[in-house]
Amino acid sequence: MFYREAGQFKTTYIADQELFPVKQDRWGLLIIIGFSFVVIPVVANDYWLQAILIPFLIFSLAALGLNLLTGYAGQLSLGTGGFMAVGAYSCYKLITIFPNTNVIVLILLSGFVAAGFGLIFGIPSLRIKGFYLAVATLAAQFFFEWLFARVGWFYNYNDSGAIEVPVRKVFDIAVTGPIATTEARYIVVLSIVTTLALIATNIVRGRIGRAWMAIRDMDIAAELIGIRPLYTKLIAFGISSYYAGVAGALYVFTYLGAAEVEVFDINISFEILFMVIIGGLGSISGAFFGSAFIVLIPILITNLPLILGIPINAATVEHFNFMIVGALIVLFLIFEPHGLAKIWSIMREKLRVWPFPY
Amino acid sequence: MVNYAGKTSGMAIPLLSALNGNPILRRVSFFWLGLYPALGVRALIIFLFESKKGVSMKNKYFLTLIASVITLLWLSQGIMAAKGIYVPLFTYKTGPFAGSGIPSGNGMADYLTMLNERDGGIGGVPLIIEECETGYNTKKGVECYEKVKGKNPAIINPWSTGITLQLIPKTPVDKIPVLTMGYGLSAAAVGSVFPWVFNYPSTYWNQASAIIKYIGYQEGGMSNLKGKKIGFIFLDGGYGKEPIPLFEELSKELGYEFFKIPVAFKESQNQSSHWLKVRKEKPDYMIMWGWGVMNPTAIKEATRIKFNMDKFVGVWWAGSEDDARPAGKAAKGYKAATFHGIGQDFPAIQDILKYVVDRGKSQVKDRSRVGETLYMRGVFNSVLIAESIRKAQEKYGKRVINGEEMRWGLENINLTSARMAEIGLPGYTNPIKGTCDDHANNGPIFIQQWNGTGWERVSGWIHSMDRVRPMLEKAAADYKTKNNIPNRTIPCS
Repeated sequence: MFYREAGQFKTTYIADQELFPVKQDRWGLLIIIGFSFVVIPVVANDYWLQAILIPFLIFSLAALGLNLLTGYAGQLSLGTGGFMAVGAYSCYKLITIFPNTNVIVLILLSGFVAAGFGLIFGIPSLRIKGFYLAVATLAAQFFFEWLFARVGWFYNYNDSGAIEVPVRKVFDIAVTGPIATTEARYIVVLSIVTTLALIATNIVRGRIGRAWMAIRDMDIAAELIGIRPLYTKLIAFGISSYYAGVAGALYVFTYLGAAEVEVFDINISFEILFMVIIGGLGSISGAFFGSAFIVLIPILITNLPLILGIPINAATVEHFNFMIVGALIVLFLIFEPHGLAKIWSIMREKLRVWPFPY
Repeated sequence: MVNYAGKTSGMAIPLLSALNGNPILRRVSFFWLGLYPALGVRALIIFLFESKKGVSMKNKYFLTLIASVITLLWLSQGIMAAKGIYVPLFTYKTGPFAGSGIPSGNGMADYLTMLNERDGGIGGVPLIIEECETGYNTKKGVECYEKVKGKNPAIINPWSTGITLQLIPKTPVDKIPVLTMGYGLSAAAVGSVFPWVFNYPSTYWNQASAIIKYIGYQEGGMSNLKGKKIGFIFLDGGYGKEPIPLFEELSKELGYEFFKIPVAFKESQNQSSHWLKVRKEKPDYMIMWGWGVMNPTAIKEATRIKFNMDKFVGVWWAGSEDDARPAGKAAKGYKAATFHGIGQDFPAIQDILKYVVDRGKSQVKDRSRVGETLYMRGVFNSVLIAESIRKAQEKYGKRVINGEEMRWGLENINLTSARMAEIGLPGYTNPIKGTCDDHANNGPIFIQQWNGTGWERVSGWIHSMDRVRPMLEKAAADYKTKNNIPNRTIPCS
């Protein structure tokens, strides 16, 4: 009834090519973005912003990056954690070298360093496919972990071996470092994630995205219709690593505040891959759904006994957490292999015909 | 109260906090407030599961019931709020280090629970003990910190060097002291740079120098270290790498040869290649900075290559029963540093057994494991907390104390031998006296040796070398300039 596109006629080509052709989608998204920018920083407290929303957004960005590579271009990668580490460490080095430059610019620039390394590690993708490629990208993961733990230059020879985030101000408001308010950090993360997500939406519906999907669906056929596999795959690796790199820089600079290389271990690569699979391969919104699932469900389960006032010790809850999340992942893959994004699209279909289902 | 409701339901704060004032009003409003979201939840459930046939009437009532219960429970969280000193304990009873995390976590909780059960808290104010599970994972640790920081915690015990590093910059802003007992950043011992961080009873650097001193004694004097070969096997991470600068500096001065064998976390359980290298190098002594499953594996491998266990010294985190027990008799002679007594003979431990374990309020399953090394280290952590709270209450009155008052208490802690006897732990450790400048007390250590079934003390108190303190100060100054830390403004005393 409310969600019906009947009567929305497109009279120009420009209108027909809009990012969100359905009016309700467009307005819905604007309302969500507006709500996130205006209402949430005002009403949410520190715990919500710092422990829930900021990691959710950052992991969404990383999952989005991997989704471009795995979901759209069909190249399986287990090196996301490594590329995030490249982003974080290059941002740290950039901030050391250019202390007076706007930190947001540096975060966005550090993504390019990650993209460069993504290109290098993407070269094998021309020759090897599927699981074998996953193993090759695993090399990136282990290589960067080793590199950042061993070479002191990357962490400025700190005794602790960790990188610490200094205070940096944008328009006189601290956005990184301990004195930055969570609201400021949240706004920075939200702005970057929103912008990059919109860019990603545009990429995947344009020439590059279509080339990726052609390669994914049948690479020989794609080659025959004139898509260059190396070029296309490398672009996918580059852009995906850019997203991962920015996510890594945000993870350290706006969320953790200080980090050792261990925070970018293989587990984080797997976690992000799970987000992509659970959220839905080949879907931008899927990255957000997947991230919400993996980041928020454990937090919900941990807090549930506390909220309900059930006395149960923390370790037991944690064990339940592993079991429940594991079971949910398995159940999802059995009952909805296309991920949460598919569930959303089913709901959308239902909404369109509601309240008169055929 | 306001905080409690707000913490878990950020979006609902203004509404809930307005209602939180009046208890009767609150209960009544909960009912009505609960009804509307409940109807919403029900509508959503019906919508999602709606089939062609529609939902039967019976199912609809059932769904309404479920939805109401969920919603009401969610809203009623504001009711729970107790009065007392809030002491959150970060534990890791799950994950790869759970083997070490369980006994230490239990020791921490049990001592504080005993104070609650026996004395009704500290100074008549009960302690609210809440565990937050970190799994030794930095991300979860930060989440725990965010969760507890709004509830007026007196102190934070991160129990992980990784988590500590994240919290050090945050604590001065939030005004919550951090106690990293025998771990964390060594440089934090310098109180003028790190007023909010405490690492009693000693730092890794103090300990490392004391171990070298002990080896010197064994060889009949420090001058005899010249030409000796000392190997260092360590967990490859911030924790394991920390003492290396000190060992290297001392090797230049004392003339011993020093080589390093890093063990990556992934290889913790597979160290045969590492120990092959040890066999090739033929060191006179081996020092280990290990944690978790790395320790028993290393000890087993050392026995396998027939390394002289008398000359194998572990850090204080490599000196628990669980580390040496798997190798059993073969590990006889293995040594480890420590800084406190063990066993069930202390009156305070008897009280724990009586008031906590026997009453079923402990998470310890096996009574005989109370008093083991890591359990007693957890107790040590809680003794420091309890004594600091007492100290703070002496100054600020017997009431709930906040982070700032607790910080003062930690800085002025004075745990004398007499005081230890008074709290039922005679001769437990070397006296600890806090000062404004020294947050580690520069504490001495002693060496214990594995006799095949248990630990025996084999040395007196070994003080660290005088040269450590200037190194700590240099590291702290370095940290200060790199991170633009402002000068300390908090007055001493």
